[in-house]
Formats: sequence, structure tokens, C-alpha cells
Amino acid sequence: MLLIKCPFCGPRPELEFSYGGQAHIARPKDPASLDDESWAEYLYIRSNPKGLHAERWRHIHGCARFFNVQRNTASDAIVATYKIGEEPPKPVDPGLEEWSSRSGAAL
Amino acid sequence: MVEATIVRVNSLAAVSRDSASSPQVSLAVLPDAAKLVFRGRPSSIGAAGEAFGVELPQTANRFREAAGRKAYWLGPDEWLLEAIGVDSSELFSTMSEKLASHSCSLVDVSHRSDSMAIRGPMSEYVLNHGCPLDLSERAFPVGMCTRTILGKSPIVLSRTEQEVFHLDVWRSFSPYVWSFLDEARQEFLHDQSARSPT
Repeated sequence: MLLIKCPFCGPRPELEFSYGGQAHIARPKDPASLDDESWAEYLYIRSNPKGLHAERWRHIHGCARFFNVQRNTASDAIVATYKIGEEPPKPVDPGLEEWSSRSGAAL
Repeated sequence: MVEATIVRVNSLAAVSRDSASSPQVSLAVLPDAAKLVFRGRPSSIGAAGEAFGVELPQTANRFREAAGRKAYWLGPDEWLLEAIGVDSSELFSTMSEKLASHSCSLVDVSHRSDSMAIRGPMSEYVLNHGCPLDLSERAFPVGMCTRTILGKSPIVLSRTEQEVFHLDVWRSFSPYVWSFLDEARQEFLHDQSARSPT
């Protein structure tokens, strides 16, 4: 079972968490002024990378808080977790990224 | 005119009847308690602790106890307040009066859940049948509490003594959780010699 480090509770088993989609998507300040295409893009269009992905998770069966996770979608390696509102940690540990891409290539 | 009286029946009453006791691991129903959930910003936490009579713990996953009352940390802005042998509506009204000037939320959830205890040297082992947390004393010391999962049910788990855990379970899940733990501890109910050879 995957262990996910909740920024409030520490490492916890995966089944206490629920997935919340891609992170860092800012709602447009003035939605009424958008044309259909850019509104649809905000609502529906998501990146789908093979590799590092920033996403929201919720510790629903714990402290019930949302937080952000940087995860490698190919290897499932969780690179970092951080609270909502915090900047994503930069730069990502190059060693881990290299490891993740290597194991991703082996899949 | 028909007078209706509402009697609260503990959801574990039926399933816990004739429960076998074992020195290795035993289950017990805990007395009904008044339970409130408090949520608020840091500025109202002190006042809530004063109104309840127990200072609210600010450390993650810890509970604090004083004179039969317990305050459990559930989230960074959420606490479960438990008082045994207290009328919940009285506790609620005195607390909400004292918190009237604060912007916070206080909800009476006394009827939502029932509590049970599991005690004995094998209680960690039995809980781990359905709960994947590390329950060793190093990772889950006395005084720790958390919301987590047991089998298919969400629970609030707390360690009150080295070999005693308390579980707070929603009423509709509690017979399931009791039977789950009861089944998990079957191997300790009979000593080896009493087992029929198979």
C-alpha cells in the first residue's frame, strides 16, 4: 500500500485519501468576460503528463484537509506534499526525477 | 393525546450481549456521552476550551482529558468534544452562550456515534486486521487519536492506555465494527487445548 505524507498528520496509508484532480488551476477572476472556448478550457481541459504532475489530494478519513502532491504519473512515486496555498517545492530533487523517469521507462 | 417518549438505545446493545471475555483481548461498550464537534479559527480555540473545561489540543492527532471530559484533535480547525454522563443539550447551550461572540461552529453529534473499547495485549494485533496504521507505541503513543478506517467503516481511534484503545463509530456502522473485531479475535477466545482437532 502506498504511504502518502499528509502535511498535517504525517505518513498515512493510501486508503485514507481521496483524489482531487489537477492542482493550481486558478478560477478566472471575471468568468462573464470569457468566451466559450476559454471557459471550456478552464472547466474541462487538463494536462495529462507522463511524469511529474501536481495534483490535489484530500485526507478524507483523517484530518479531512485538502493538500497538494507532486507525483510521477509513470512510477507513482510521490515526490513532495505541501499545504494548499504554498508554492510547489522547486526545484524538484533531480535524483528522484531521474529515478522516476528511469522506472517510468521500464514500465 | 398520545405522549411519545424517545429513548436512546445504544446501537451496540444487541450485538455486545453475551460477549466472551478473554485476557488477551476483550471488547466493551463505553457509556453514552455528550458529543459536540467544534470548528473555528485560532482566535476562538481558547474560548472553546474554557467553555468546555478542557483546553483544546493544538498538536496534531492528540487528545486531552480532564474530569471525564475529552477533547480530540480531528483536524487543524476541528475538535470532537466528549463528556460522559452529561446532558448534551445542556452542554450545548452553555457552550454556545459562552461562544456567542466568536465566529465558529458548534454541532451536537451525540446521537451520531457510539463508543467501544478494546483492551488487552493483543488489541493492536486485532485492530490491524482492518486498520493499516502502525499501532506500535512508537508510532501511536498513549494520548494519540485520529480518524481512520477499520474494515469498511470510518472510525475515530484513540489510545488511552498502553493496552486500551477507544473507538468512536457511527451508529449504523457500529454492529459491523463490533462483529469485525469479534471475529478477528476468535483465535484468542479459546485456549489451544480446547480446540477441536481438524
